[in-house]
Amino acid sequence: MGATHVPMVEDLPPRHRLSLRVREGGRGAVGAALGLDLPERVGERARGGGREALCLGPDEWLIEAEEADAAALARALGGVDVSHAAVDISDREVGFRVSGPGTLALLAMGCPRDVARIAPGRGARTIFHGASVVIRREAEEEVRIDIWRSVAPHVRALMETGLKELRAGL
Amino acid sequence: MLLIHCPYCDETLPEMEFAYAGEAHVARPVDPSRTTDEEWRDHLFVRSNTRGPHAERWRHVHGCARFFNAVRDTVTDRVLATYPAGSPRPDLPGKDTP
Repeated sequence: MGATHVPMVEDLPPRHRLSLRVREGGRGAVGAALGLDLPERVGERARGGGREALCLGPDEWLIEAEEADAAALARALGGVDVSHAAVDISDREVGFRVSGPGTLALLAMGCPRDVARIAPGRGARTIFHGASVVIRREAEEEVRIDIWRSVAPHVRALMETGLKELRAGL
Repeated sequence: MLLIHCPYCDETLPEMEFAYAGEAHVARPVDPSRTTDEEWRDHLFVRSNTRGPHAERWRHVHGCARFFNAVRDTVTDRVLATYPAGSPRPDLPGKDTP
């Protein structure tokens, strides 16, 4: 047994994140203000103009953008004449990326969901090492994870253990 | 582990993403101030304790975060059907009596 497929785990720079809630009737108007076609089905994503939306639930989206875009986003949503809630959760979340061969093996150690069944380009909220996370599958062997800042060190430590196991060929 | 079909995500997912939330279709009294103590006690605490198919609420808490209803057989622990909150209990021919 030798060290074969060990993925790389890296921290990602801070991003601006909004939790957006809006009922079905207002989806189009809020999406137009953001410059995104807010996806209708859970797990789908939309991108455009440096912004990204991931549909987490029937009336819930996670909006991601550059930090410098925060004021422009707030202005755009302030002009929407449809009842909605947009909460800035940037400070709550940190992101990291797992990439390279063995990515799915490392995720399988803490995630009850079969990550291989999340098609590349899609995402989902799920549970990872006991913590609620948002997973985005960027490519076949590349996954981005958003997690609450307070539990991130705990989960990272468990992932380091997982990496050691993979290195040891277990 | 149970695999549960979430009617909002339209995917069959592991039980760990879900939370159980008690019996379904327990209607809150329309005018609580006019119920007797016994009616209020029954509403709060008395449940059917079914042996067999049982309609119950679940929440996809680590997912879409929605409440929905499921019919689960309490003997076999199989989830027979799931459906959105607010819709009536589905007919499951041959599975409704233990």
